[in-house]
Amino acid sequence: MTRRLNPLPQIAMLCWAVVTSLPLLWAVVSSVKSDDEILNEPWSLPSTPRFDNWARAWSEANIGRYFLNSLIVVGGALLLTMLLGALVAYALARYQFRGNRLLYYTFVAAMFFPVFLALVPLFFVVQQLGLLGTYPGLILVYAAYAVPFTVFFLHAFFRTLPSELAEAAFLDGCSHAGVFFRVMLPLARPGLVAVGIFNFLGLWNQYLLPLVLNPDPDRYVLAQGLAALSVSQGYRSDWGGLFAGLTIAMLPVLVAYVAFQRHIRAGMTAGAVK
Amino acid sequence: MRHGRWRFLLGALVPALVLHVVFVLSPYAQAFYLSLTDWTGVAGEARFVGAGNYARLGGDSLFLDAVRNNAVMLLVVPIATIALGLGLASLLRTRRGSAGYQIVYFFPQLLSLVVIAVLWGFVYNPNTGLLNSGLRAVGLGGLTKSWLADPAFALAAVMAVLIWSSVGFYVVLFRAAIDAIPAELYEAALIDGAGSWTTFRRITIPLVRESVQVAFVYLGIAALDGFAVVQVMTVGPGGPDGATEVIGLSLYRNAFTYGKFGYASAMGVALFFATLTLAILALRAGRKDRLELA
Repeated sequence: MTRRLNPLPQIAMLCWAVVTSLPLLWAVVSSVKSDDEILNEPWSLPSTPRFDNWARAWSEANIGRYFLNSLIVVGGALLLTMLLGALVAYALARYQFRGNRLLYYTFVAAMFFPVFLALVPLFFVVQQLGLLGTYPGLILVYAAYAVPFTVFFLHAFFRTLPSELAEAAFLDGCSHAGVFFRVMLPLARPGLVAVGIFNFLGLWNQYLLPLVLNPDPDRYVLAQGLAALSVSQGYRSDWGGLFAGLTIAMLPVLVAYVAFQRHIRAGMTAGAVK
Repeated sequence: MRHGRWRFLLGALVPALVLHVVFVLSPYAQAFYLSLTDWTGVAGEARFVGAGNYARLGGDSLFLDAVRNNAVMLLVVPIATIALGLGLASLLRTRRGSAGYQIVYFFPQLLSLVVIAVLWGFVYNPNTGLLNSGLRAVGLGGLTKSWLADPAFALAAVMAVLIWSSVGFYVVLFRAAIDAIPAELYEAALIDGAGSWTTFRRITIPLVRESVQVAFVYLGIAALDGFAVVQVMTVGPGGPDGATEVIGLSLYRNAFTYGKFGYASAMGVALFFATLTLAILALRAGRKDRLELA
């Protein structure tokens, strides 16, 4: 088979790779440059790499604390989302009872509503519960808004699982909860991993909800802290520190991605493919 | 056994349902009522004003700017993203090194919009940014602009960031759809002497139609938002002079800066109906396509 060698496709593919990665590389390189170099030679490499920018961002600019806050909130919310989402999806997918469809649509319909619509009343609900600016408040709200998609995704997944294993377990005297936790949940692992990755990235990158519900600077999550930092560091013109903060926020996710990229891409696109 | 069944079902459903009702359903329901009041946040002092808030929206020039900007974004962002995504995905189909490209293309999808907005704020910086200094370095200094401060370019700069951040995801999505197309079809086209452009138009596009539709819905919803990028990156935010104002930003400012909670809720309801219209239009277009194919 002969094929004309046309260089244009290769050039187009390479171009987009450069467009995608250049700003990211630039931020990483700038994070070890001095302010002077950042301002006067934006395209050059640093004469000596300055890792003190990173140390300053981590401790003085509180990126370390924001990182920890994000870990606590996202970790808690992810656990709660996966537990509740899997329970609801399983109960609705494998048990017939009156109101089953209604309940399913009650959960799933929320996916199609813009969060902006709920924003004002949500603020007052959280305030009245005394949960404004607290970890539990954020965890509960994050989970509440992540459960609908989780139910939608896992519902389809649980329906495809064979029922013979569950029936055998029932005959062996397993309780309903036992069947769920010991038989069905392990079988659903690929689905759980996919939706878990999707939820993790969604929650880790959440900005609107913490902006409204988490006004205490000590409890800022990473996205919030970074946005605040880009304003305040701009005034104090610590550019190196700001680029370092940005890099600290980017790098762990990118490194984890390169390591687990196949799973992560499958999880991220799972939602759209259904 | 029956007893255990109900106890398990209650245990499985009730906690999630309570969470759902308290934090999701009740706020959505309250928003519709609040949008008909002049509530400013003081308990028990919400006066019913009927459609008054909605009438005021029509005379709020900043809100109208936001509607116009979201409409422009709705036209440009999905089409540009899908064109780039589909084009790159079909280029990747037969070529070596495509796995590596796919990894790189996907990077922005993993970053929060705040990180992306802060980063691009630097890229667009008029003096020290990557873009202008790059232009100067290759002798195109005449093209340098204060991208985010120039009303003629600010919205385009915002849209470029939105497109940049989402193309990679759709490359991966469309790539999966293209891989599902039987290879025989492409081989047959090659034997019949079809060029790559004809193959793309006659085979790839018709057979990834459903994925494209899903992409339109997702990107449409993202284009009606734009809040995070605008709020972090633009001057004002929303400026210069309303050039990058979006509905979400107007809502946020009216609620949490001015305390006009009733009025802000009316904006939320307007945004909801815009989203609903978009979803219904996309679904109806979807039904028609399926009939045509059948």
